Amino acid sequence: MKQVLAVTWMNLRSLPSRYLTSLVVVVGIALVVGVLVALQSMGKGFEYTLKGTGSESRALMLSAGVTAELSSYIDPGMVALLRELPGIQRDAAGKPVASAELLVITELKRGGDDVNVALRGVEPAGLTMRPEVHLAEGRLFKPGLREVIAGRAATRQFSGVTLGATLEFRNSQWTVVGIFDSKGDAHESELWTDADTARSAFGRPGASAVLAQLDGSKPPADSLKALQDTVKADPRFQVDVLGERAYYNEQSQGVTDNIKFISAFITAIMAIGAVFGALNTMYSAVAARQIEIATLRAIGFSGLPVMISVLVESVSLALIGGLIGAGAAYLACDGLTTATLGANFTQVAFSFAVTPDLVERGLAWALAIGLLGGFFPALKAIWQPVAAALRGA
Amino acid sequence: MSAIVSLSNVVKSYTRGKQTVEVLHHLSIEIAQGDFVALMGPSGSGKTTLLNLIGGLDRPSSGEVKVAGERIDQLSSGQLAKWRARHVGFVFQFYNLMPMLSAERNVELPLLLTSLSSAQRKKNVQAALTVVGLAERAKHKPAELSGGQAQRVAIARALVADPTLLVCDEPTGDLDRSTADEILHLLQVLNKDHGKTIVMVTHDPKAAEYASHQLHLDKGQLVEGDVKAAA
Repeated sequence: MKQVLAVTWMNLRSLPSRYLTSLVVVVGIALVVGVLVALQSMGKGFEYTLKGTGSESRALMLSAGVTAELSSYIDPGMVALLRELPGIQRDAAGKPVASAELLVITELKRGGDDVNVALRGVEPAGLTMRPEVHLAEGRLFKPGLREVIAGRAATRQFSGVTLGATLEFRNSQWTVVGIFDSKGDAHESELWTDADTARSAFGRPGASAVLAQLDGSKPPADSLKALQDTVKADPRFQVDVLGERAYYNEQSQGVTDNIKFISAFITAIMAIGAVFGALNTMYSAVAARQIEIATLRAIGFSGLPVMISVLVESVSLALIGGLIGAGAAYLACDGLTTATLGANFTQVAFSFAVTPDLVERGLAWALAIGLLGGFFPALKAIWQPVAAALRGA
Repeated sequence: MSAIVSLSNVVKSYTRGKQTVEVLHHLSIEIAQGDFVALMGPSGSGKTTLLNLIGGLDRPSSGEVKVAGERIDQLSSGQLAKWRARHVGFVFQFYNLMPMLSAERNVELPLLLTSLSSAQRKKNVQAALTVVGLAERAKHKPAELSGGQAQRVAIARALVADPTLLVCDEPTGDLDRSTADEILHLLQVLNKDHGKTIVMVTHDPKAAEYASHQLHLDKGQLVEGDVKAAA
């Protein structure tokens, strides 16, 4: 142990004299980890946004076989039947707490480009059963008027979406009368209006989906199962019943999987480059210290402490690079808001999230690169015959 | 006096590409305990190779190398490293001090391989630096020392663990005449007053005069010398 500490300490003390070559490892690994963490923080942020959307105590009913709300359509007769299903919460007046919602694509500008934005027609129950939705500014839309309330993220992401602004879609003018927050979930990227107004404006009498509050008689999972069983048992219902939260979780999967694949691919390529950089640096470090290492071995130090000292140097440089990369990714990306196409082909705004597990993953890559980059030079340091190494051969 | 170093019928050859070059040809010598031997000869004569065999830095291709009664030609690399730590102190032409360590930390290095306590190590380091006359430069780093002082620190490092043998490879090759004389005088004192057995490679006939005996090599063979050449 004394040997290991002494040789490692000597090695680290000699680092300043080799700072330029050492910088190659630090910078190379900082880039790898920075890119990895930045890319994955995008996936993580998107996942957080969609997974944070919805509630386990609400059920979403879509036409059978569709995977997204936008491609679902339920006609008015079916909507009426669905509202009356057992297991759906009733309000004080005995009316079912369900909202037949119409989701349509509208176009808004973002950075000069036309982008798809979701316009959701909601019924009054759709507002009361979503306690997470909170009108932050202005007022609620009035039924019959072409008025919308805009999600907070939509106001940040799309041009001209401000309180009092007039938006034009389908050749009609809509006024933004309010701004709402919904805890940063996917709805914040939407515009909301009255459901009947949307139906008449877009000529679609039915609904994209029916959102219903499950009654609290059983745990949410059991209530949902009972509702699913009821619908399945009745051939009139050509609908799928999903837990609202599960639906949004599922929606995030495709995009996050793609981001994960792309980030792993890019990181792997960069990591290969960084391993070669580390190998080159550590071979230079071993060559620069060849006489010192040979002298220690001549004195009687064994190969193990020498090998450990080279690995410690390589891993230390790698971890410094990893921390710099993760720190840079945090400073540059954490909280950065952007938008991408969700499964509904509408823009979903989300914030990059640099989380501790991403930093850990980045540092694990750094550690692996450091170990791999130091291993072969460490072997070289102890395999070279002492007499030859002393001659500087 | 009994032989502390004994080489019997030693051959050392190297392979360069497809060629095998024999550097030492069936060499047999003995060096007595307490002796101070200068190994001399032209470049390529095999003197450093011989020194490396005696110091356990290399192994012969064939033959027997015995130091302090132990056959070292058959030890593994790890065993040789442990053996060197116990028995050999090395002095190199370019001192080979660790530039980032102070003189006392350099001298302490061989003691890190022993079970001595920190206090005991410090005491031994101080004693070794006193022997070479550099106690007051203990805290200085190699870059702050002259060539002669650096070589003294290297000698202190070679001495500090009280080895059986001091092995010196051109110890004055990098020094001016007067500093070289000081270093050679120091080696002589270590030999005469402290009883250290010293084997020194040198090109310099004046340096060799400080030794008790000289041994001349040419083309891997002993050509003349007053050290006993074994039959």
